[in-house]
Amino acid sequence: MPEVTYLEAIRQGMWEEMERDENVFILGEDVGAYGGAFKVTDGFLERFGAQRVIDTPISEAAIIGAAAGAAHMGFRPIAEMQFIDFISCAYDMLTNYVATARYRAGLPTPMVVRGPSGGYVRGGPFHSQNPEAAFLHTPGLKIVCPATARDAKGLIKAAVRDEDPVLYFEHKYLYRRIKEDLPADEEILTPIGKARLAREGHDLTIVTWSAMVFKALEAAEQLSAEDGLSVEVIDLRTLLPMDDQAIMASVRKTNRVLIAHEDTRTGGVAGEITARINNDAFEFLDAPVKRVAAHDVPLPYAPALEDFVLPQTDDLVAAARWLAAY
Amino acid sequence: MASPNSVSAPPAIPAGLSVEQLLDLYYYMRLTRSLEERLVALYRQAKVVGGLFRSLGQEADAVGSAYAIDQDKGDILSPLIRNLGSMLVCGATPVEVLRQYMAKAESPTHGRDLNIHYGTPQQGFIGQISHLGDMVPVMGGIALSFKMRGEDRVALVYVGDGAMSTGTFHEGINFAAVQRLPLVVIAENNGYAFSTPTAKQSAVKHLADKAAAYGIPSVRADGNDVLAVYEVTRRAVDRARSGEGVTLIELETYRRKGHAEHDDQSYQSAEEMERWEADDPIDRYIRQLTTSGWSTPAALADIDRRIADELAAAVALVEPEAGPDAGTALSGVWLDPPEAEREWYDRG
Repeated sequence: MPEVTYLEAIRQGMWEEMERDENVFILGEDVGAYGGAFKVTDGFLERFGAQRVIDTPISEAAIIGAAAGAAHMGFRPIAEMQFIDFISCAYDMLTNYVATARYRAGLPTPMVVRGPSGGYVRGGPFHSQNPEAAFLHTPGLKIVCPATARDAKGLIKAAVRDEDPVLYFEHKYLYRRIKEDLPADEEILTPIGKARLAREGHDLTIVTWSAMVFKALEAAEQLSAEDGLSVEVIDLRTLLPMDDQAIMASVRKTNRVLIAHEDTRTGGVAGEITARINNDAFEFLDAPVKRVAAHDVPLPYAPALEDFVLPQTDDLVAAARWLAAY
Repeated sequence: MASPNSVSAPPAIPAGLSVEQLLDLYYYMRLTRSLEERLVALYRQAKVVGGLFRSLGQEADAVGSAYAIDQDKGDILSPLIRNLGSMLVCGATPVEVLRQYMAKAESPTHGRDLNIHYGTPQQGFIGQISHLGDMVPVMGGIALSFKMRGEDRVALVYVGDGAMSTGTFHEGINFAAVQRLPLVVIAENNGYAFSTPTAKQSAVKHLADKAAAYGIPSVRADGNDVLAVYEVTRRAVDRARSGEGVTLIELETYRRKGHAEHDDQSYQSAEEMERWEADDPIDRYIRQLTTSGWSTPAALADIDRRIADELAAAVALVEPEAGPDAGTALSGVWLDPPEAEREWYDRG
């Protein structure tokens, strides 16, 4: 089986969908002639032509708005935000127009908005963001965050096929660091709204997503080797609609939950998950639900600063030990 | 030599229209105004839910321009709050509009959105949202879809003098222009954005001058002259259809009822209102039709009566209808899953 990077998996997913359905097209900044800032769309222009790989002006709101209009007419646009940090330039179009279109006007808007999110790359405040919390609050959008190469491919394909707008937050740190064997002849589709059991365990659950999954797995290994703890890791994969059932099943099993995300603490998605666990599985908790998240500051650039602000494996280990001892 | 008593033939109808089409334009303008007058009456009886936004004085701008698109070819337009006339031209019915304003279960949006915020591509007009400027990139996307499929279709979007200050207007028209999309942009300059006069909106002499920033042509016309509006829009629509790209049309007009029924219009002087009242688009058109001999006061009165009957029937039908059931609020956010979850305290 060929070894495929996370980035290549996204490419393959989009390529396969564009081959399968002539209504799928890509628009964004530098996606065509240049092949994308990270080369995710390298080769697409030559294969699919300028009509289906559109180089846009620097106009995130227009990119999203035009994608919406085309989606109303039966197209399946994939709009790229060069860095997901720039998605906030289209916050109005996404939350006011796109998210509400089906509900208020019966206007189907099957579109994907994707882009590289995340830090640990010394990118500073505007090339490292994780914006999921800003959009979690918006009824009408779906949000997916693949951690593995397999899910990167499966989720981009599922997102394209979904009848509703999907925000696809890929993680730039994972682009070339994650390599997996992916079968070339299998149609890989990951269901939206379903979590993945990344590691089975029975003492404690870590609920997480995206690049944090790998830190959670590292922490789990360390906790197993050093503390004899059996840690379960749930990779949510989709944040909206969230797989409550998978979370609660794990809570019922381990009774101790740590939620970990790279986004900042206040208003981060961990708060939402905690409220849901409190609501749905309180009787099964043997300890408070704890969270590990970035400190509440804009993400600084200097390595020592970024490493301090963002969650590290050590932070997860410390939090898990606290939970285990509670 | 013609006898002094002979009746000379009426002048040739401009813009290649037939007499029937001239009367169509009158019908839609009168329907717009009369429907809004009905809505005012219902509003005063508290039967209209929420605000009422009239287009009194702008009927020619909305109707004349909408009439210039080709519905048979599948052209689509995007109305704003003062473009009820354009929606009626596209086939929106008084029943639909009344249901929307009165929050009835059978309204096109099933009570989800208000007043004239409704429409799908199949109907020929797209439901607007309140954030001004946002419809421009969306219509750019619809025009893009026409171009990508090689379809012979045109998109048309309205903006006001206020909307032209927004970022989404700028991004949308710029995108359409650089992509050379079949989009017509109609800027209705009615002098105010709520209470803000156009002089505070932009430093340009004429709003049409903004076209230079996008590398597209612009044209200005008297927004209260329905035939002029039709002609200038028709040329822009034809231009778009032949692949020449975007045109910005500025129509000068005036809204005589302020921003909404609840607006006290303190910022509009009596003198200004009187000046524009004398320039009423429907009165002007009646004079034009009758003095040119294209129609008669009797024929126009017939149309007025037909409209009055139509509206009476529509109101009688809609008034007793029910509003939507509370539980219906949870469906349709997504296709799948189809319903939002009920709150734990709400499960009954």
